[in-house]
Amino acid sequence: MSTPARTPRRSGIRGGEAASGWLFTAPMIILLGMFLVIPVLMALWVSFSDWNGRGSPFSGTVSFVGLDNYSALVGGGGLAEQDFGTALRNNAWYVLLVVPIQTMLSLLLAVLVNRQILRGRGFFRTAFYFPSVTSSVAITVLWLFLFSASGAVNKLLAFIGINGPNWFNDPSGVLHNFLGLIGVETGPAALTGNTFLGISFWEWLAGPSVAMSAFILMAVFTTSGTFMLLFIAALQNLSGDVVEAAMMDGANGWQRFWRVTLPQLRPTLFTVLTLGLIGAWQVFDQIYTGTQGGPGKTTLTPAYLSYQAAFTNQAWGQGAAIAFILFVIIVVFTLFQRWLLAERQVSARRMRPYQPQPTSGGSK
Amino acid sequence: MQRRNSRWLIGTGLAVAGALTLSACSSGSGFGDTADAGGELTSDSSQGLNILIGSSGDAETASVNSAVAAWSEKTGTDAKVSVASDLNQQLAQGFAAQKPADVFYLSTDALAGYASNGSLLAYGDELANKDDFYPSLVSSFTYDGEFYCAPKDFSTLGLVINTDLWAQAGLTDADIPTTWDELAAVSKTLTTDTQVGLALGGEYARLGAFMAQAGGSLMSEDNTEATANSAESVAGLEYAKMLLNDGVMSYASEIGAGWGGEAFGKQLSAMTIEGNWITGAMKSDFPEVNYTVAELPAGPEGQGTLQFTNCWGIAADSPNQAAALQLVEELTSKDAQLTFSEEFGPMPSIQSAAAEWKNANPTLVAFLDGADYAQGVPNVKGAADVTSDLNAQLESLKTGDAQAILDSVQQNLEALLK
Repeated sequence: MSTPARTPRRSGIRGGEAASGWLFTAPMIILLGMFLVIPVLMALWVSFSDWNGRGSPFSGTVSFVGLDNYSALVGGGGLAEQDFGTALRNNAWYVLLVVPIQTMLSLLLAVLVNRQILRGRGFFRTAFYFPSVTSSVAITVLWLFLFSASGAVNKLLAFIGINGPNWFNDPSGVLHNFLGLIGVETGPAALTGNTFLGISFWEWLAGPSVAMSAFILMAVFTTSGTFMLLFIAALQNLSGDVVEAAMMDGANGWQRFWRVTLPQLRPTLFTVLTLGLIGAWQVFDQIYTGTQGGPGKTTLTPAYLSYQAAFTNQAWGQGAAIAFILFVIIVVFTLFQRWLLAERQVSARRMRPYQPQPTSGGSK
Repeated sequence: MQRRNSRWLIGTGLAVAGALTLSACSSGSGFGDTADAGGELTSDSSQGLNILIGSSGDAETASVNSAVAAWSEKTGTDAKVSVASDLNQQLAQGFAAQKPADVFYLSTDALAGYASNGSLLAYGDELANKDDFYPSLVSSFTYDGEFYCAPKDFSTLGLVINTDLWAQAGLTDADIPTTWDELAAVSKTLTTDTQVGLALGGEYARLGAFMAQAGGSLMSEDNTEATANSAESVAGLEYAKMLLNDGVMSYASEIGAGWGGEAFGKQLSAMTIEGNWITGAMKSDFPEVNYTVAELPAGPEGQGTLQFTNCWGIAADSPNQAAALQLVEELTSKDAQLTFSEEFGPMPSIQSAAAEWKNANPTLVAFLDGADYAQGVPNVKGAADVTSDLNAQLESLKTGDAQAILDSVQQNLEALLK
């Protein structure tokens, strides 16, 4: 890629290529620039300004306030910091549960419906994919009914003798509830006494609230279908001979899946995890239509908080600042899992059984 | 690679710089000609008025539409009513673009934000019927000493009683509670296996009435001082906590209802504390339930209730403020407010309409009587965040510590006043 570019650029027959290249990409560059890059940069400016929502953020009356908006969120000690901490706590638990569960479930579904012997594969694929194409607002409304105090879910739980919680009105943390079962009602002073982002460590460890758990179930329900489709596409791309070779080597079904199929799915796994992470950190419409942050602020998420700060409280700088902190979080998480999934050289210890002569040693 | 990167950078840089210049130009002209409070009103009569409302339903939309159409015909000024699907968002977009609606609904929550950034015209003092508004409503829409906008209508909280369940429990009209002790007693009488005596929303907008009856409040009436953790305020919450723990009062959410009115309509509770909007819900959703409305009982410091209100905001950027002011005067006139009240139920915000309203709504008199001692909700900038934080804490009032809850509110409110 880089070596031919070193030759003199305007050489004869290839001279016009750069210009036509720009020409062909221009519509997209202009569209993206107009509706993505420029608005993002404008928002970045707003996050460093004291713009109050009236007139253009670039007019003379708006001034640069440095990191004021950011410091109010991460060290202000006030309600803004506390709300931001609460939102991050809620969303972190949401991500922690949604991303692994939806990835595992979608992979499982993909493997199931990809089997040749399964009858009516088309039906199952459609059924699993259906929630993904339904509007999230519609599903949220459905969920509010299913999980109401006397809704279908609680009726079903009552059928097997469980007194279901009042889902969307229950602010108690799931982890706290489990600890409560074994008699731990309040945390140790080390946890309750010290705070991070305005809320105590004991509160950080509350787990998702019961209300948030219902949203977690919903996210898994709606997104698994989409990711299943990605996994199916990847599975169908795999050539059969590697699996056959593994079979000849005597690998059983379990080993073939973990040692042969899954490693080949690595690029798709990366895609699914990345998309899952981004989607889970940006959760907004469910909250907006469903609970608006309640009960007890336990379904408040940074995306919703950003909207609320800007549109209802006229704190536009703070709203933009939340959005950019969220952006940084997502980038960091993506880089982290990219590093985690990166192809590495097999360690010498693992490689040893495969070496014909143990003395020739070392990894390649 | 190096060279390409730098070209990209230059390209993007130019594009951004261009965009910034453009947007700076477009907004530059808009600034000089906005009239501030006290100055001359703009009166570009070539411009029609846009009215943006957050409607509760078809009845309200139709009613506002016909009132505005009648005014438009009388004065010859074009006026168009639009119903917002998300009022806050649409207002914010209008203000940012400097093309806001001329006249719009504005809540007490939103007043401080828009008043402080200069989006609103402070026209209150220029209203011909200024002195007719209830003083407590005027103070709800006074920000930084200026009366910004005309109260559109208002609501207060009352004690709504299911008359059938009341009679079944052997209670008579003489038993209607007028003190805290009596309220606790009848709540206990009315609590059975299938219903709780009193159900209400677990939020400041209901429980705050108890604080008011104990002589407390979140902020002083002129919104200059935080009084959230005063002994009186704490006593109010302590009383509510006691009712909750005695099992004679429940939050609506605890018994599977979305709000007090739903719990009451489904007969999960025999009483609720709600505002006059409950009448509409009862008529449409629970027509078979018979009820009566009483004033809230008095606490140690006398009677107390909360009031909620909206106003008619006028944009500072409106090209025809004079006509907008005229329209608002028309819409807050006695006739218009009585018609609104008849068609979709709110209480008129002017005192001169009180007598007629009481005649027309004999069963709802208790709500309007509450106006004499009603307390507004705080309207300083950021107060909405503090009350939503308070609401979050009130959800666990049953096991919580009223003093600790109000201490945190006090701290948050004081931070707003700095």
